Amino acid sequence: MSKVIASKTGSESQILAVGSYRPKRLVPNSEIVDRIESSDEWIQQRTGIESRRFADDSETLLDMATWAAEDALKNAKLSITDIDTLIVATITFPFQAPSAATAILQRLGHPKAAAFDINAACAGFSYGVSMAHDFIKSGTSKTVLVVGAEKISDFTDPNDRATAFIFADGAGAVVIGASQETGIGPVEWGSDADSRDAIQMNPSWIEVRDVETQLTKAGSKWPNIAQEGQKVFRWAVFSMSKAANKALESAGLTVNDLDVFIPHQANIRIIESMAKEMNMPDSVVIADDVRTNGNTSAASIPLAMDALLKKQPELHGKLALLIGYGAGLVYAGQVVKLPPKP
Amino acid sequence: MALSQADVLAGIKEIVEEVAGIPAASIELDKNFTDDLEVDSLSMVEVVVACEERFGVKIPDEKVTELATVGDAVNFIVNAAA
Repeated sequence: MSKVIASKTGSESQILAVGSYRPKRLVPNSEIVDRIESSDEWIQQRTGIESRRFADDSETLLDMATWAAEDALKNAKLSITDIDTLIVATITFPFQAPSAATAILQRLGHPKAAAFDINAACAGFSYGVSMAHDFIKSGTSKTVLVVGAEKISDFTDPNDRATAFIFADGAGAVVIGASQETGIGPVEWGSDADSRDAIQMNPSWIEVRDVETQLTKAGSKWPNIAQEGQKVFRWAVFSMSKAANKALESAGLTVNDLDVFIPHQANIRIIESMAKEMNMPDSVVIADDVRTNGNTSAASIPLAMDALLKKQPELHGKLALLIGYGAGLVYAGQVVKLPPKP
Repeated sequence: MALSQADVLAGIKEIVEEVAGIPAASIELDKNFTDDLEVDSLSMVEVVVACEERFGVKIPDEKVTELATVGDAVNFIVNAAA
């Protein structure tokens, strides 16, 4: 008889701490409107965005991700050597390989942990949280660092009237570790891959290369982000409120049990319509970081979480519903207990 | 199920008032959603989804931009339900 393979078992998990890095430069709508023949009022009415942050050359994606990770580790009172797994969610790391995760590990001074990047666009952070929970539950990992980091300004056309005012830069991170009680509920996730075209970065690197070598080729441009606003709005409000309700249901909860709602910070109109569609009671605190910091894709949920906990420290340890959604189209949502006070 | 033009118009008036806060009395067949009623592109999506639920029809994303006036929407829904 052949020998059996041994396996591990783990435990429940929770978010131990959150950290963030926001670029220094705050860019009000007034700096953007001329190039796209728009106005502050038009942008605010459709998105709720008053300003956003754009990183400069001294704030690369790796810088921001590393600083957010350091902030989260400090708040968790842990060091990088306590981390055995690093998951980085990003769609704007400008190298195909190796990963942003390995670069961040090296910068943090512990180039040993399991490390990789995931691409689930604006849903990336919620995918990462779900994976971290499952790794801990299965015994694969003990303490996981999940980072969402984006420098979307590098992949945004400042003259595109549909996107120039939406996207922004920043990084957020959480440390997830073992816990006795369930601190992260079951994920509700999936995709609508027939709508891959709704949000995309085009052209492909192959086309960029061909243009570089054949400068005469017409119709070329950098792979900037583009989206079909109405299609995405409809999916985000009506399909994502259903997915968010399922995430609550899987956790054995209803909107009335919730303290905080932290959806991906895409657009205030999406956030408000989702809350209305879900009959969210007034008692639930709803994150609105998008108003002043724009849509930072995979970084938006941890950035909003950190901002909310700084503004309202009484929310530490409370129940929050997270839901990320974006290009793919893909989504993931789960109920979490917000980290305790550092 | 066949829907009358009057029924659909009455329903759309209620929906547009609820979604965009525009008084039902000012909503007529020849009014343009964007130019006359100032229903922006995102509110238009909410109007469309509410119409789908109310009238049991499907209005695909690519059709939404073709519905310029209230009359366009009424006609689309009446035909789709027929």
